[in-house]
Amino acid sequence: MTVLVLAEHDGVGIASATLNTLAAAGQIGADIHLLVAGQGLGSVAQVAAQIAGVAKVLVADNAAYAHQLPENLAPLVAELGAGYSHILAAATSNGKNILPRVAAQLDVDQISEIISVVSADTFTRPIYAGNAIATVQSTAPVKVITVRATGFDPVAAQGGSAAVEAVAAVHDAGTSSFVGEVLAKSDRPELTAAKVVVSGGRGMQNGDNFKYLYALADKLGAGVGASRAAVDAGFVPNDMQVGQTGKIVAPQLYIAVGISGAIQHLAGMKDSRVIVAINKDEEAPIFQVADYGLVADLFDAVPELEQAV
Amino acid sequence: MKVLACIKRVVDYNVKVRVKADNSGVDLANVKMSMNPFCEIAVEEAVRLKELSIKEGRVATEIVVVSIGPTTAQEQLRTALALGADRAILVESAEDLTSLAVAKLLKAVVDKEQPQLVILGKQAIDSDNNQTGQMLAALTGFGQGTFASKVEVAGDKVAVTREVDGGAQTVSLSLPAIITTDLRLNEPRYASLPNIMKAKKKPLEVLTPDALGVSTASTHSTLKVEAPAARSAGIKVKSVAELVEKLKNEAKVI
Repeated sequence: MTVLVLAEHDGVGIASATLNTLAAAGQIGADIHLLVAGQGLGSVAQVAAQIAGVAKVLVADNAAYAHQLPENLAPLVAELGAGYSHILAAATSNGKNILPRVAAQLDVDQISEIISVVSADTFTRPIYAGNAIATVQSTAPVKVITVRATGFDPVAAQGGSAAVEAVAAVHDAGTSSFVGEVLAKSDRPELTAAKVVVSGGRGMQNGDNFKYLYALADKLGAGVGASRAAVDAGFVPNDMQVGQTGKIVAPQLYIAVGISGAIQHLAGMKDSRVIVAINKDEEAPIFQVADYGLVADLFDAVPELEQAV
Repeated sequence: MKVLACIKRVVDYNVKVRVKADNSGVDLANVKMSMNPFCEIAVEEAVRLKELSIKEGRVATEIVVVSIGPTTAQEQLRTALALGADRAILVESAEDLTSLAVAKLLKAVVDKEQPQLVILGKQAIDSDNNQTGQMLAALTGFGQGTFASKVEVAGDKVAVTREVDGGAQTVSLSLPAIITTDLRLNEPRYASLPNIMKAKKKPLEVLTPDALGVSTASTHSTLKVEAPAARSAGIKVKSVAELVEKLKNEAKVI
């Protein structure tokens, strides 16, 4: 049994979610090969080769794989992956975009967002916005799986010495092209990997008021998230959304400010170790999952909290 | 241009589901069912594309709405017809199908209908798979614009702005293409009573997987479904000072 993991990278380093995915691969109990595909991958391949537990790094460096277009990448992963027992990728927007296309090309069902490995063919995953956990068994010759990063502790980024091997295969479907991207810039830790997350909801009233959360987050070294209500109202960009359809986080400490706690939001944060809720509505559902609840006006409580920590 | 919009009947998003005592699944008896929220956005986008093409004096778009599911999914297809779809197709299947089986059935419908654009939701809120659109794209060989927050058709191309982890990305796809909708693509309209009445007269074709020649066999089996571990009830603190004290000394997280 050999597992192929599709690496997520930004052209410089390997994304932290890939380290969690490699941990899941390790639990399947097999040799692990890491596929790095893109354009201009010199340093990424070297970084990948140092990750603990990786036996081999496959490098597909070609213009067709720039920007990770699934029309070109999926045929490559399917072609290489056909010889493996499992193909894994992190359940990031990239992994979710590419892997089902790979599974369909291999004519197998995919298992999405696993949170634990029961055995080499059996896995658990949340369904119904995390309100039920399904145990799923696969008889597919190649098991195609996306991994929820918060379910697995990351492997060490150092200490490995994998062989690096170039992949010559080029697939260019010619049906899609990259036009451009607008990425949000932030000095704060990445939301999905942050130890502490401070999130704001509709109660923040406007985007300007998020400055109170940013100040608190900077004191705590925290990432800043938001509920769907805050994103839809235009307070903050959508890549800050935590929930069923946004990002899934499980930090040590999650501070929900002015968030009521709808099912869809809880789906994205209820595995946090400690949850704090600050809300002036003492009936808000968020208090049913909060370890510490404070019924107070957030505009008084958040600045006071920032001073106190 | 013909647009195919795909919809799924799922438990209403406001319902707090309960796991069955025998762990065989989620109890859906007597639970409110609705169109999957992402599918509503897919139908709305199809209707807007049609309205736009009529305004610009091009050949009017036909919108075909399709669902794979039980007989009762006809309710959701009628809803889509009331929202502006022209006709409906139900591929009737009582069993719970995997995303790959659904994608294969949709591929057969695509072969039959030859749409220029297929719009699906990015995920169903019951299985939370986020697979079908991508799988359909693989089976048809079309380009895919997943998690779309903006769709612009121009000539034989469609520009799709996608919601990605770091922000937004725009790709250009050759038509025909597959699009899956994110929540911010549009705000779905409500069906008016006259439109609901008119929808009753619109055509609804019922097919079966056998008639389409598609096998829905799967490599999956669900062994059990359990309730997630419950969080123990927390406490209410009276002041910020008490909160900080608890976080430092009791929870030791700051």
